[in-house]
Amino acid sequence: MHKTLESTITLRPPRHRADPRSVRWWTVQQALWVVPSLVVLIGLGLALPIPDLARWWFFAPAVAVALVGLVVVGVLPRYRYRNHRWEVSDQAVYARRGWLWVESRIAPISRIQTVDTRRGPLEQRFGLTTFVVTTASARGPVTISGLAARTADQLVDHLTAVTQEGDAT
Amino acid sequence: MTERVASSAERWRRLSPLATLAYALSAAALALLLGVPTLLVLAVTVSWPVALVSTVPAMVLVVLVTTLAGWLLWRRTRYDVGPERFRLRSGVFVHRELSLARDRIRAVDITADPIYRLFGLARVQIGTGEQTGEAGSAVLSPVRREEAAALRAALLPPGTDRADADGVLARFDPAWIRYAPVSLTAMVVWAGCYIVIAQQLDWLIKDAGPWLLQTIGVPLLVLIGAAGPILIAVVAALALFVENWWNYRLERQSGALLIRRGLLTTRATTLQESRLRGLEILEPLGTRLAGAAEIQAISTGLVNQSDHSERDKTANRVTLLPYAPRPEADRVAAAVLGVRQAPTTAPDLAPHPPAARARRLRWAALTMIGVAVSAGALALVWSWGWIVLVTGLIVVAAAATWLALDAYSSLGHRLDPAYLVMRSGSLVRRTAALERDGIIGWNLTQSFFQRRAHLATLTATTAAGSGGYRVVDVDAGIGLALARDARPGLLEEFLQ
Repeated sequence: MHKTLESTITLRPPRHRADPRSVRWWTVQQALWVVPSLVVLIGLGLALPIPDLARWWFFAPAVAVALVGLVVVGVLPRYRYRNHRWEVSDQAVYARRGWLWVESRIAPISRIQTVDTRRGPLEQRFGLTTFVVTTASARGPVTISGLAARTADQLVDHLTAVTQEGDAT
Repeated sequence: MTERVASSAERWRRLSPLATLAYALSAAALALLLGVPTLLVLAVTVSWPVALVSTVPAMVLVVLVTTLAGWLLWRRTRYDVGPERFRLRSGVFVHRELSLARDRIRAVDITADPIYRLFGLARVQIGTGEQTGEAGSAVLSPVRREEAAALRAALLPPGTDRADADGVLARFDPAWIRYAPVSLTAMVVWAGCYIVIAQQLDWLIKDAGPWLLQTIGVPLLVLIGAAGPILIAVVAALALFVENWWNYRLERQSGALLIRRGLLTTRATTLQESRLRGLEILEPLGTRLAGAAEIQAISTGLVNQSDHSERDKTANRVTLLPYAPRPEADRVAAAVLGVRQAPTTAPDLAPHPPAARARRLRWAALTMIGVAVSAGALALVWSWGWIVLVTGLIVVAAAATWLALDAYSSLGHRLDPAYLVMRSGSLVRRTAALERDGIIGWNLTQSFFQRRAHLATLTATTAAGSGGYRVVDVDAGIGLALARDARPGLLEEFLQ
């Protein structure tokens, strides 16, 4: 009886979502390699003075890139936004990502070793930040991407204040 | 100025003057090992004068440069054992001074390769146990063997340095070499032989094939092809095992575990017990069928984990016991942890849901389909292909099904008062007992198929060992309950 009750326990999703601007950020991020690749491939395929059959050495990869590009630019950013959630409570940092392959990570605040924020040049344009919390375990870092810069700064302040009281191994 | 240098030089000790000689000899051995075959190959394919001119100067140069480097190293390296600190000055171009507080020294590891042993020398690595590698340890190489022993006695915390029976937990038993041929090493070498054959297949078929068929004949050729790699694998595994584990001894000395082993190169590794967070028992398939197992320590402080570099995970492993009969492994595990029965021994691990077995059988079926498809493609090309296809399918089907069922029966977990025990794997079955206090956080992963089967894989992250230990394919709810109970206070607010 006890066992069947345990079997119904689930891990609820974290409360917060990433910032909505992250969809645009990820879209642009992927477009930055898809579009130039297409342009180069198709351009070379059309412009070079080679026999027509040889042009397919460029067009075929271009088709592949276009198909992949359609997925990573059109679908993936929305997928990531829908499935990436985070939450910072008094005890722990909790983040989840993915749907086909879901990964939830929970790290106790008392064991946090470092609190980092990363802002790539594109991220800065959208006012976003990637937030990483590490523990003493190599498998333990919790990453939250697509956070609004201000939220990330608030989190960093909050966590540094809380973790200052104590050693973290 | 000369006065000051003289007095400080008296305090500072040097490495053994035989250093230069040892370096020269090592370099000569290496040069000969690499140079002579190259010389011969060149002589045969091109000509003797060319071969000599290209290899001999290179060999001489290598020996000279290495000898010079060794001499410079000897000149520049000095160390000092002060009342509070151990200091090491070294470096030829870049001067480096390392200073270790003596009361933080936790490990003094002594290794000696054959050439060092010939001269009575040894290499000493002194560490604080908090960071290993370049950053946190001092290496003195070479020093005289007696000096190495004296350094260890002086630097390690005082304690019972007697090698009596109470301190010794395990000793090498020559009977263990019978497990070497069925270990992972043997399998890897065996597979490697076939890879080499496959790479040379072109040459073998075109050039050597007809000649071989004429002189030896098909049956003998097949025999050599089948038995040859096995023989090579067995010999290689035996040789490696003996070289690694001869003279093996596991002792406990004043709060640290000392592992001594090695035939040609002797090694002594220290592991502070305060850094031990559990044990992992490894049973590769062949060894498991032979009834043996290996123990690895789950401990912190071997590699600086805050680097978070995935490639260092293997460096964080210390083998406490090589492949030994299972009862012996259980006894040593209990002795190391200081309990009557090791958590990894107790047989009652909670089984995982039948859905996990179904998953594994599905993987087996997929493998069979894959083999069938590729063998079918082969059959279209090769006239013998149909025979290969049928026999191959039967063999693969049997093996895959057996492995799938075996992998399912390996799955299990248990929550003890002090440890979380988890087991999984078939080709290598791993039973890990991780101290509950050592668990930092949790990772829960679910693939799409796991979610449909209500399964999940739970990883307990820890600062020790590989950084995380998994409970594979456990019922999702039961896994969460396990995580909640193993570390109360962390997960409750996120459960529903």
